[in-house]
Amino acid sequence: MIVTISGLVALYIFMLAAFAGYEVIAKVPVILHTPLMSGSNFVHGIVLVGAMIALGNAHTTLEKLVGFVGVAMAAGNAAGGYVVTERMLEMFKSSGQKKPGAH
Amino acid sequence: MDTASGGLLNPELAQWLIQSSYLVTAFLFIMGLKRMSSPVTARSGIVWAGAGMLVATLFTFLYPGMTNFEWMLPAIILGTALAWWTGKKVAMTDMPQMIALYNGFGGGAAAAIAAVELLGGEAMSLTTSTLAVVGALIGAVAFSGSMVAFGKLQGLIKRSFRFGGQNIVNLLVIIACVVLGAALVAGTLHGVPYVALFFALALLFGVLMTLPIGGADMPVVISLYNAFTGLAVAFEGFVMQNAAMIIAGTVVGSAGTLLTQLMARAMNRSLGNVLFSGFGDTGAAAAGSAVTGSMKPIEATDVGVMMAFAQKVIVVPGYGMAVAQAQHKVWELCQLLIERGVTVKFAIHPVAGRMPGHMNVLLAEAGVPYDLIADLDEINAEFETADVALIIGANDVVNPVARTDKSSPIYGMPILNADKAKNVVVIKRGQGAGFSGIENALFYLDNTRMLYGDGQAAAAQLIHAVKALG
Repeated sequence: MIVTISGLVALYIFMLAAFAGYEVIAKVPVILHTPLMSGSNFVHGIVLVGAMIALGNAHTTLEKLVGFVGVAMAAGNAAGGYVVTERMLEMFKSSGQKKPGAH
Repeated sequence: MDTASGGLLNPELAQWLIQSSYLVTAFLFIMGLKRMSSPVTARSGIVWAGAGMLVATLFTFLYPGMTNFEWMLPAIILGTALAWWTGKKVAMTDMPQMIALYNGFGGGAAAAIAAVELLGGEAMSLTTSTLAVVGALIGAVAFSGSMVAFGKLQGLIKRSFRFGGQNIVNLLVIIACVVLGAALVAGTLHGVPYVALFFALALLFGVLMTLPIGGADMPVVISLYNAFTGLAVAFEGFVMQNAAMIIAGTVVGSAGTLLTQLMARAMNRSLGNVLFSGFGDTGAAAAGSAVTGSMKPIEATDVGVMMAFAQKVIVVPGYGMAVAQAQHKVWELCQLLIERGVTVKFAIHPVAGRMPGHMNVLLAEAGVPYDLIADLDEINAEFETADVALIIGANDVVNPVARTDKSSPIYGMPILNADKAKNVVVIKRGQGAGFSGIENALFYLDNTRMLYGDGQAAAAQLIHAVKALG
């Protein structure tokens, strides 16, 4: 059983994911715009799995080199995106603790 | 190790495990983003998303037929270590360019995937190869564009490059790139040189498109490239039949597009206006000549008295405050005023700082509680009842010409009505114009006083002045 995603199913996924992304962001307060941009920047770090698969199936040295650069950049996207988002959201903890009554 | 074709498990079980792990990842990503969209749950959101990333990455190692682990592991370690280290080290004020940098990496990775696929020369259907090429184009533009954005915000690229017919040159480059891409898809052209030329043109277009855009518009551009990378990842996900990439990429693509629109709207610009017209080219001179009067300086001790005996003080912080690292001092000053019974509020313009919400993060870092921070719609009616509006490092967002002068490039932009306060005190380094180069009419009003100096030093003087009153 090799899972394949046919064109039409792919379109379904595309459409539903697009709605999900829109809905998730639609009612966000302005204060969270930058952390969210950073968070979504982290999420597309999933390109790492694609880069790994591409490199894992590369044959020539050129392909391997390009794949290496791709994996390194993808890992950088994921790791950097995580650290930066986490550091920004860390701020929200401190103010929440100081102001337990604030809504 | 690279002979382990077929992996550790039998291929069917491995495939089942991988696809299941991607389903879990997609769930964790969407839930993570959902949690990030509320301040209460925001911190756990990134942890959820992070768990999703970890799950997907680990299970991908099981892929049947994977080789080149001796290339893969060093690449992962190298990328992770460098990004982790820089991400931990960077100052809060520099966050926007770091987002640009890491986003560029993502776009570059998507382009690299496409390059490996195109170079591999394996038979792809017309749909697949089209998506691969389109994803490569978008990814490459996001990469080089983000790098230019990073360079500009980091101060590595100091000026905006503009020349006559720039839009036409850009158009020619992108047309050449698209034509070459189409030829690659059709198979009329193939081989390393044409693939390399295609990527060179795409990268060049990203650079050309971003260079003329001014620093003030960079957040919108970074957000746009963030959406671009998401789309590129989704397209490469189609090519690789990878559901995790399709879902995550598409979610970011649509969420990023919406965020970009929200940001552009907050600056009263259309996206096309940001991308294709150099800001301040046409109206700046006209707006400058309309301002009359003089700037009136004031001493810190007088401002101290003014604020200490005020009923209500509204602080309007801008990026200048963050650059001077003055937010801690400003909050200390406000705490002194609150102890004296003064009502203090912070008024945040949607694009204060470098991105929407950036200023809130910086104030939160200094320990300012949320209920003292108000956004534009909440606070604007309150300026009339404020005794003092203290402007620190903000400029264009309090410029009243946005309400009055139709010839000004910022006309129509929603601004904080600081000019309506009984007294306006502007802490400013010197007499120069703002980031956009537009003269600020607020500085010349009768009720405005200028306190010249570095933001942090000025705040320290004010603390001293208020303390001296006992």
